[in-house]
Amino acid sequence: MKNWPLWEIFVRSKNGLEHRHFGSLHAADSDMALENARDVYTRRNEGVSIWVVESKHITASNPENNGELFEPAQDKVYRHPTFYDVPDEVKHM
Amino acid sequence: MKENLYNYILGIADNSLILGQRLGELTGHGPSLETDIACTNISLDLFGQVRSYFQYAGKVAGDGRSEDDIAMLRKERDYKNVLLVEQPNTDFAYTISRQFLFDAYHLAFLGELQKSTDLTLAAIANKCIKEVSYHERFSSDWVRRLGDGTEESKSKMQQAINDLWVYTDELFHQTEADKAMVTEGIGVDVTQLKNDYYKYVSEVLEEATLEVPDVKYFQKGGKQGIHTEHLGYILAELQYMQRAYPNMQW
Repeated sequence: MKNWPLWEIFVRSKNGLEHRHFGSLHAADSDMALENARDVYTRRNEGVSIWVVESKHITASNPENNGELFEPAQDKVYRHPTFYDVPDEVKHM
Repeated sequence: MKENLYNYILGIADNSLILGQRLGELTGHGPSLETDIACTNISLDLFGQVRSYFQYAGKVAGDGRSEDDIAMLRKERDYKNVLLVEQPNTDFAYTISRQFLFDAYHLAFLGELQKSTDLTLAAIANKCIKEVSYHERFSSDWVRRLGDGTEESKSKMQQAINDLWVYTDELFHQTEADKAMVTEGIGVDVTQLKNDYYKYVSEVLEEATLEVPDVKYFQKGGKQGIHTEHLGYILAELQYMQRAYPNMQW
């Protein structure tokens, strides 16, 4: 079991919501990963749908590149839609 | 008191109680985090079922005993579970084999119990069958994986199936309470489940490339309260708190 690959688990907690990353676990194949995810992550009624993806299939950004990837966005507040006056009648904004 | 109905409920519930207790022993000891939590989830499902049965049994008994009293304060001979469920965990192959051999029966049994003229039992069966469908899926998947796995997993599975096979026939024995309840349309005629059970179990074992044991002599007695040496130890642990500190509550 030490040789089992790692799987990333995504759970949709309610219909209409998106799947969210819940965590990772070990399993021999995708079927077992689904069953394990059911037991590990949805035992307290957290989900209505599960996706499993073997971790090796995920391409991640390199933290060393965070400077060039993310810092340029920090001083561009005008990209947030915060310069509008929202009328009082509009709720849930 | 409806003696037969009471005994009939206990016969069903004790299987779940003792198997649940066995699986609970794996808490923190499962072969991996994932299988540990899977086995103990099944244990919790079974204990949940037991509560429904014992609450009903308490009502039928009508002598003021609670679900806890019925679960904790009987003597060994008064437990009516089949011998299969009290067998030790031994290793993962045994745990899975025991689970599969019981789940296949349990699922078929609940399918019939849903049709009971006793509406409480029918409702409990209806609720439990979803859980047990998952148990059976989990255990039969593992039988296939381990049987059709490595040399070592295959030989361990075959050993476990061979050893536990002698306890399967008892699942289909009828007690006096069984017969009375079948006549009243309340109980399940387990003798009718036997052929389909062996057919299904054999199919899974063949898929798992395991041999179906050829056994002529089977063990029995649990349903009459005559247990293997293991039950006493299980009860010693299960009942310890209530015996040491009577009426204690969490």
